[in-house]
Amino acid sequence: MNENQNQVTKQTHAAFPWKQVIGLFMSLALTFFALWIAVGLSLPVPVTITIIVGLAIVQAFIQLFMFMHVTEGTEPVHQLIGILFGIYVAFVVVAGTLWILAYAL
Amino acid sequence: MIESIKSFMGWFFVTGDPMIYGADASIALVSIGIVAVLTYFKKWKWLWDEWLTSVDHKKIGIMYILAALLMLFRGGIDALMMRAQLTLPNMHFLDAEHYNQVFTTHGTIMIIFVAMPFIFGLMNIAVPLQIGARDVAYPFLNALSFWLFFMGAMLFNLSFVIGGSPDAGWSSYAPYAGAEMNPGVGQNYYLLGVQISGIGSLATGINFLVTILKMRAPGMTLFKMPMFTWSILITSVIVVFAFPAFTVALALMTIDRLFGAHFFTIAAGGSPMLWANLFWFWGHPEVYIVLLPVFGIFSEVIATFAHKTLFGYAVMVWSMVAISLLSFITWLHHFFTMGNTAPVNAFFSISTMLIAIPTGVKIFNWLFTLNKGRIQFTTPMLWALAFIPNFTIGGVTGVMLAMAPADYQYHNSYFLVAHFHSTLIAGTVFGIFCGLHYWWPKMFGYMLDETKGKWSFWIFMISFNICFMPMYFLGLMGMTRRMYTYPAGLGWTPINVVMTIGAVGMGVGFALIAYNIVWSAIHGNKDKTGDPWGGRTLEWATASPAAEYNFAHIPEVSTRDAFAAMKEDKGVFTTKTAKPYEPIHMPNNTGIPVIMATFMFIAGFGCVFEWYWMAVPGLIGIVICMIARSFVYDDHHYISVNEIKRTEAGTGRLS
Repeated sequence: MNENQNQVTKQTHAAFPWKQVIGLFMSLALTFFALWIAVGLSLPVPVTITIIVGLAIVQAFIQLFMFMHVTEGTEPVHQLIGILFGIYVAFVVVAGTLWILAYAL
Repeated sequence: MIESIKSFMGWFFVTGDPMIYGADASIALVSIGIVAVLTYFKKWKWLWDEWLTSVDHKKIGIMYILAALLMLFRGGIDALMMRAQLTLPNMHFLDAEHYNQVFTTHGTIMIIFVAMPFIFGLMNIAVPLQIGARDVAYPFLNALSFWLFFMGAMLFNLSFVIGGSPDAGWSSYAPYAGAEMNPGVGQNYYLLGVQISGIGSLATGINFLVTILKMRAPGMTLFKMPMFTWSILITSVIVVFAFPAFTVALALMTIDRLFGAHFFTIAAGGSPMLWANLFWFWGHPEVYIVLLPVFGIFSEVIATFAHKTLFGYAVMVWSMVAISLLSFITWLHHFFTMGNTAPVNAFFSISTMLIAIPTGVKIFNWLFTLNKGRIQFTTPMLWALAFIPNFTIGGVTGVMLAMAPADYQYHNSYFLVAHFHSTLIAGTVFGIFCGLHYWWPKMFGYMLDETKGKWSFWIFMISFNICFMPMYFLGLMGMTRRMYTYPAGLGWTPINVVMTIGAVGMGVGFALIAYNIVWSAIHGNKDKTGDPWGGRTLEWATASPAAEYNFAHIPEVSTRDAFAAMKEDKGVFTTKTAKPYEPIHMPNNTGIPVIMATFMFIAGFGCVFEWYWMAVPGLIGIVICMIARSFVYDDHHYISVNEIKRTEAGTGRLS
């Protein structure tokens, strides 16, 4: 370890960031597609929700692979713990909210 | 024309209350005073170069703490106003509306603009030094976080004199906080001010998570980190996962109020209960965001002044991990009485009681650390020792409140108010004062006076008990929170008088801390060694205040309590200083964070008043700042070997 290098300074400016640009357009497309399904079509509510949730999962993978360098890094265990904690929190907030508000829905 | 200007001014500025005119005058005078002093002493350039554009974690930490102390003063004045109003029955010091605004701003300011920034300040000061790093992972983002917090706080405080304060409580429950029942700009101030500073908090969480995972000194494995750093690592994880829920909830309510959506109104199929649900999904982890770091501070201070290693290090860590997991499944206990089904209440009742187990484990670990220790009663140690019994009372009453059937009795009574003040004052406030006294020499290079520090401790701690112990009984006697006055003859008056005396005493204690800071700045003992307390962790291995680059050589760590080990084994020290210096790579200062946060303020203010001619340019300004930042290639510099030698010789570290 070079003790005087606090940050990664060697940035490569050579290649055009195709991955990020494609990711940007794909996430924009997915977002507007979801909006169109909810606003533009009048599908039954469960169908709409199913499609939107499906699109959201695709969106999450695009974020992870196109922008967030999930395949890189020296300590994959950090990524794993982070993703597991994220799944835990997402499950808790969705399942908990549905359970808590079940009487009111 | 003149009439319309007049009516605009009458609506724009808060009018009618002499106290507000007093505040207007004092704000104007203080602003003129600051500008005049800076101009007279030609300090504008110094302010800009040394502070406003700084990305140095130590300076950002100092600014956080300074802002948090100012906000503590504001929140404390709010508290004293409430106590003045409630001292005797049928008082007319504040009217109902003004009282509602005061308790709303008191709660919001104390949690979001005092507890969090104070903790962020202390972790900015201590964490990079404790892990032997030269800065945080993202210095630019760190400065941006601070300025977003600062601008959010300023926006929120502006509501006092311009437009009117929010009055729906710090929890801002729908439907009362919605546009229909709460017209005007007050609630918009809450939503935008808290949102802006919340973005900064989220960024701080990410920043410290990466800093602690990636920038530890060589040899410092996770289980060799100081306990404060551990607590910040876990806190950062909670921040990263809890804050998005709040960001979304605030955004949804902003859309409701500004653009007429119906997320939280029954009218078009929304659900007011969803606000309480989302708010507390953030709100309960938030409690641990402001508590775990002070657990870390107490662990450091108790180990240092008991002259022992911390008892049960691994258990301490795992109990914090357990708390972080459990903190996400207890949020319903804030609204047991909202009409949920019995199985829901039973589950959250049990999960809430479960969280007392890891917390209790930590209490016993601190007691065992003290056991057979050589205890030195310094000011930070007094705060830490007082924390243990006082906080435990808050914890035990929390378990009482966790019993859902009993909660139907306690709910929204002063028993609850006493409980959360017992945890947040005896936990968080004692903790930040403890950390303030402990790390003050590291921040400024001189000690806070011990005699005055001990006086302020005893006055504050005793007054805290005078104020909040009787409050439990007042709650059991039936007084509910947020009532602005009460009739005579209920037997509440004597207790209320006693509580006001306690509140004034806490004000005196805080004033004494402020006086001690000013007095010690002039007369305080210099800390020439960098290790005034006989510390055990790496922040004490460098000079006080630490040089810009923190460590001339990055320390190498082989054990827990790394600095204590280095002091025992002198050899480590001598071989280290023998190595030649190398140029040190540091980030450049930048004005973009403060400018970008100012645009955020402009956009926020525009949204508060629904002036989109103002909000849209503000948002465009933010985007321009981002683009400008992405074209900054020259973002670092090197500190030359000569300069390092000069700095090190100046602190007597070069022989």
